Amino acid sequence: MIRYLVRRAALAVVMLFGLICMTFVIANVAPSDPAALAAGPDAGRAQIEAARREYGLDRPLHEQFLRYVGDLARGDFGRSVATGRPVGQDLARYFFATLELCLVAMTLGILLGIPLGVLSAVYRDRWVDHGTRILAVSGIALPPFWFGLLLQLGIASSLGWLPTSGRLSVFTEPAAPVTGLLLVDSLLRGNGALFGEAMSYLILPAIVLSLPCLASILRVNRSEMVEALRADHITAARAHGVARWRIVTVHALKNAMLPTLAIIGLRWGWMMSSTVLVETVFDWPGIGLYAVSSAISGDFKPVMGVTLIVGLNFMIANLVVDLLYGALDPRIREA
Amino acid sequence: MRARLAVHLVRRSFGTMLGLALVAMIIALALLGPFIVPYPDDVLGAVNLTNKLQPPSAAHWFGTDEVGNDILTRVIIGARLSLLVGIAIPLAAALIGVPLGILAGTAGGGLREAIMRLTDLFLSVPGLVLAIALVAALGPGIGNAMIALILVWWPGYVRIAESKALAIREEPFIEAARAAGASQVRILWRHVLPNSLSPLIVKMSMDIGQAILAIASLGFLGLGAKPPTPEWGAMISIARGYLPDWWWYAICPGALIYASVLGFNLLGDGLRDILDPRSNRG
Amino acid sequence: MTLLSIDDYRLAFDGFEGTAHVLDGITLDVARGETLGIVGETGCGKSVLARSLLRLNPAPPARVVSGTIRFEGENILAMPDAALRRLRGRRIAMVFQDPAAFLNPLLNIGTQMADVLHGQDSAGDAPRRSAREAHARSATLLASVGLPEPERLLDARPHQLSGGMRQRVLIAMALAGEPTLLVADEPTTALDVTVQAQILALIAALVAQRGLTLMLISHDLGVIAASCARVAAMYAGTVVEDAPTATLLATPRHPYTQGLLAALPDLDNPAHRPRGIPGSIPSLRNPPPGCRFHPRCAIATARCGVEKPALRALAPAHTVACHHA
Repeated sequence: MIRYLVRRAALAVVMLFGLICMTFVIANVAPSDPAALAAGPDAGRAQIEAARREYGLDRPLHEQFLRYVGDLARGDFGRSVATGRPVGQDLARYFFATLELCLVAMTLGILLGIPLGVLSAVYRDRWVDHGTRILAVSGIALPPFWFGLLLQLGIASSLGWLPTSGRLSVFTEPAAPVTGLLLVDSLLRGNGALFGEAMSYLILPAIVLSLPCLASILRVNRSEMVEALRADHITAARAHGVARWRIVTVHALKNAMLPTLAIIGLRWGWMMSSTVLVETVFDWPGIGLYAVSSAISGDFKPVMGVTLIVGLNFMIANLVVDLLYGALDPRIREA
Repeated sequence: MRARLAVHLVRRSFGTMLGLALVAMIIALALLGPFIVPYPDDVLGAVNLTNKLQPPSAAHWFGTDEVGNDILTRVIIGARLSLLVGIAIPLAAALIGVPLGILAGTAGGGLREAIMRLTDLFLSVPGLVLAIALVAALGPGIGNAMIALILVWWPGYVRIAESKALAIREEPFIEAARAAGASQVRILWRHVLPNSLSPLIVKMSMDIGQAILAIASLGFLGLGAKPPTPEWGAMISIARGYLPDWWWYAICPGALIYASVLGFNLLGDGLRDILDPRSNRG
Repeated sequence: MTLLSIDDYRLAFDGFEGTAHVLDGITLDVARGETLGIVGETGCGKSVLARSLLRLNPAPPARVVSGTIRFEGENILAMPDAALRRLRGRRIAMVFQDPAAFLNPLLNIGTQMADVLHGQDSAGDAPRRSAREAHARSATLLASVGLPEPERLLDARPHQLSGGMRQRVLIAMALAGEPTLLVADEPTTALDVTVQAQILALIAALVAQRGLTLMLISHDLGVIAASCARVAAMYAGTVVEDAPTATLLATPRHPYTQGLLAALPDLDNPAHRPRGIPGSIPSLRNPPPGCRFHPRCAIATARCGVEKPALRALAPAHTVACHHA
């Protein structure tokens, strides 16, 4: 198990280095001149050259790269050209909003996707199965930004039930951050009203974000459960008189969970990326919105920062999935 | 039992049939668009301010936009762009990815390692974020958005082609062909490529839908097509400013995106059942 | 006294390419305490018959066409779910062919055994025994099938055990509910030859100790001859001959049974060359009319292609389904 862990972790470190190289390459193939951007739109030739020297952009590429890696190691992601603020600070501020949104959406996707997958496998070709199939097919095809607008239109605007944008009302004082996740922080402070308000802002974007994820978890879990329920050891369990619910929820589901876990890991990455759309629709102050507004103005230090953070997150998720795989299947652990 | 079987087959094919119908509709709109639109003048963005933001009516089924153009007309014209982009992106990605994948799968050794690690690297950043990073570097616009999406998409094709090539390399008939003195290129062309075709076709069908969605997403974010190009995502982005009072503006373009993605997904599902029945459904 | 009575049982499997008539009028009685072997080629329907006793064949595609299977007088085919749950494991238990496939690879032995015990508790409306009781009972069961260090074994996963140990674990599970009838479906086929003998000896010992009724299914007449007092030979979904083991081995009357015996190597007489039966088992989707064996039979006549022979008694305990026997 330890060897397995170490090997996985080492692979993740190599990938992280590759990721850093990739962002560096992307930033340097840009046709725009970073020095001109940094110096501002009204800068003259001399000012641009000064900026070039200041940011070390006149140095050879390999030196620039070493400096980039060194800066990243110290948590320095560079400065935003548009705001002048350090990107690292911005990321720290926005990341937890995105994390909270994705965690809630993923929880929704798992809590609905797995039971629905199990149900539709057990009641194959019955009405539950047909219903979930429609959900699965449309969940993947529905454009998230359009679905978000429709929800805003229907539930928020017409019915006036829920707020349509932001993370909290502008008049609300957020709790002093402990974890950075509003739902958790408000509970830690025992502030139920704040929790309710945070939830009311969170729920619509979380639903939009979770739908494609729910759809894929459901699809994979269903087909894996159908497979698992056909296994010989399920026949044996039935013959020995093991209770039916126990056969479904433990004997078959445990086997079906391995591929389901893989899709959950994959979907975590997709979620971190489609959150860009959802955050734009709901004005959610996360790294997705930050990346888009920076990308539009050609301010690419923040975009590269977001790329690194999202990539890192995806790697961690894959590592966690690998570990869970090992925990679930002893044969992998001992291999 | 006979009845069950019939229901099963019809339902299976019902999804495929619906997919086929939707895809046929999108293709028809793309081909015939300019000849069937109710207001050809609006295609290029004629300004007709007296008519702006009209609700749906007999004259304008889906209403008019902020410069008085018929929304239905612009959405129909948008089908051509979306379909073209939707086909071009997976096609270009396959043209890059498949040869690399087959090369990796048949060559083995250091070359394979290099190709596969590079593939893993591109796959380590979720698609849309990588595309945004690339667009940020290249600058917004439909052309750059396409380039970005092709760069995001090719690794998926390497994976499929590589795994197929690896599997086929182990087959006895390849061994036999090699023993009989067939050249490497001939083996690749005659055996490996045809055997990889089924999963590739299935993936491309699925990817056309996803590419249409992705280009619309970038358009919506303001990083893809720019108005007044009649691109569905960009239209929704403008329509968003007119919510909730002029709600019909956003409905029609979104519905078309949904219909095309759904159509290509269902078609891909059906093709998989026919061409590649043993593969896992994800 | 009759424990199990199968009467004109017909089972079909509906598939995309048509209906397979897998069991075609099985009639068979088993007395309490008897050891019955069922022999036949792969695909003759013996495993399907065994699974029918616990209604394990998935329906659909399986469909009962006709007949009854009575166990202690109750028709299993018409049992409500609750009664079926009391039947499984507690009255009829089953041992399977490939112990690697019939144990869940992801759960340890203790969990799988506890699940069996708890399932049987709830089926019998007994109070659910505690984890400690289940653990102790599982260890006792494992010890009773000759497994050393049962306590440690309970924490093991199936892949850590040898094939023979896994089969012993499955036998222990089958004994958990104190069944009356033990159905063993090719229990030794997937095992090494040396282990096969041990498992057969174990089954024989358990049958003797506990007074079990045994139904042993195998394609191997040798295995059955070693363990069973009576044999029924099956061909393409029908019982063709049913006799005491010694009688069947000495004087087989059905041409198929004769062929089976002729196919065995004779170690005492190496000059004897085993002979196969010409032809192959017929398609069950489109079985031959009349006697299903007639296309392969040396003594078949026109009548055999038209009229299905019924089982008839040649001697008090010896029945055969052949017009010419």
